[in-house]
Amino acid sequence: MTENGDATPLVVLEGVNKHFGSLHVLRDINLTISRGEVLVVIGPSGGGKSTLCRAINRLETVDGGTITFDGQPLPAEGKALARLRSEVGMVFQSFNLFAHKTILENVTLGPIRVRGVARAQAEQRGMELLERVGIGSQASKYPAQLSGGQQQRVAIARALAMDPKMILFDEPTSALDPEMVQEVLDVMVGLARDGMTMMVVTHEMGFARRAANRVVFMAEGQIVEENTPDEFFTAPRTDRAKDFLSKILTH
Amino acid sequence: MNDLIKYGPALAEGFLENVKLSVMCGVLSLILGTVLVSMRVSPTPVLRAAGTLYVNIVRNTPLTLVLAFSALGLSDTLGLTLSQTPSTNSFWLVVLGLSIYTASFVCEALRSGINTVPLGQAEAARAIGLTFLQSLRLIILPQAFRTVIAPLGSVIIAMIKNTTVAVAGGYLAESAFVMKDTFDDTGASIPIFLGLAVAFMAFTLPIGFLTGWLGRRLAVAR
Ligand SMILES: Nc1ncnc2c1ncn2[C@@H]1O[C@H](COP(=O)(O)OP(=O)(O)OP(=O)(O)O)[C@@H](O)[C@H]1O
Ligand SMILES: [Mg+2]
Repeated sequence: MTENGDATPLVVLEGVNKHFGSLHVLRDINLTISRGEVLVVIGPSGGGKSTLCRAINRLETVDGGTITFDGQPLPAEGKALARLRSEVGMVFQSFNLFAHKTILENVTLGPIRVRGVARAQAEQRGMELLERVGIGSQASKYPAQLSGGQQQRVAIARALAMDPKMILFDEPTSALDPEMVQEVLDVMVGLARDGMTMMVVTHEMGFARRAANRVVFMAEGQIVEENTPDEFFTAPRTDRAKDFLSKILTH
Repeated sequence: MNDLIKYGPALAEGFLENVKLSVMCGVLSLILGTVLVSMRVSPTPVLRAAGTLYVNIVRNTPLTLVLAFSALGLSDTLGLTLSQTPSTNSFWLVVLGLSIYTASFVCEALRSGINTVPLGQAEAARAIGLTFLQSLRLIILPQAFRTVIAPLGSVIIAMIKNTTVAVAGGYLAESAFVMKDTFDDTGASIPIFLGLAVAFMAFTLPIGFLTGWLGRRLAVAR
């Protein structure tokens, strides 16, 4: 699990708390993510999974505790924060591809504007990545012309184009028609095999069993249970998790 | 009709002054309006407050007062001189006044455009490491502009018609004299009025059609 021989953890959350007004959405979260690890976060709606995900690239600020990424506390703002974000990919439930840009431009914008890569080079790499997620032939189309599954694969390619140290996925398949879920999950399993560090909020048990090293079960802002996928799904330890699993298994 | 032929050349010259004024103000107010809207959506509270204050003051002040302020307040009292030639100086003071005024409307049109851009676009932009200004310039404003091209057209048309306020107010001395002389001599005959109205329409109607067409053509599919 130490991809580049570096044994220090990539992400460390210590005593993280977050409120939305009077709502306590993250309660004393302690969590460590190792390099090359694939972590699946699962739990009931409103449990704080998205907030946790977004706190790691500071799309959401926290009001207590510390978050360290690659040995450094998260920068608060400005250029340093932008640089941190360029190192943490993010894939959203609703894709959020840039609607006025072509597929290829979506993938090359970051490398060109943030990393200063030459256009030709960025386009070559962009095409390689689009091929890798199976969208090569759609490069000159606009996002609205693609299916949800295709858009989400482009979103993954857009994240990969920044050569991130980690990718956060917030329910990447929840907005997709059932027949498109697998094509996206296949790409994600491929990434996991290649050693990408990933934090994935998902209820896809198949993905968790195939690709995850660890499952974290979150409810009411707390991490209730942490285990390997096999043990978590076959023998959950807490009643909260048992109850939740019985609901998602029977529907 | 004879009046129109007789005074035509002088009026045309005055009208040309309005066209020049319109082009300058159009460019300047679009730039200033974009700066203002950037302030109004910026994460810095001071900039946001300054933008809001500007828009609320300028938008709610009658144009005649804004023009009077730029001519009398800025020029006479504060001694702002934009050119050594008096007529050129007054031309630029009008450009300044009308642009300051129009920019507040451009800003608000753009802001309503920004409100139609889904939050996810800005989040995705930030998530790949774009700074606030980069997200605004590369992702948010291009999409906002496209949704408000037609309303922006209306703002520009209103601005073009407002150039006559500057003329009537006497801030644009040359054109004002021409117009006043013409009206005095002809007793403000109907052909003169019609001629001017048609000239303005020839200018503003295409802008309306063009911006309407562009707005439909460039609409962002979601
Ligand atoms: N911007 C916000 N302002 C106020 N409350 C918010 C905001 N974002 C989230 N919340 C609230 O915080 C709680 C946790 O939200 P979060 O989105 O993290 O949950 P989640 O586990 O991702 O749920 P889901 O499975 O529905 O996506 C919810 O009660 C939600 O309503
Ligand atoms: Mg969520």
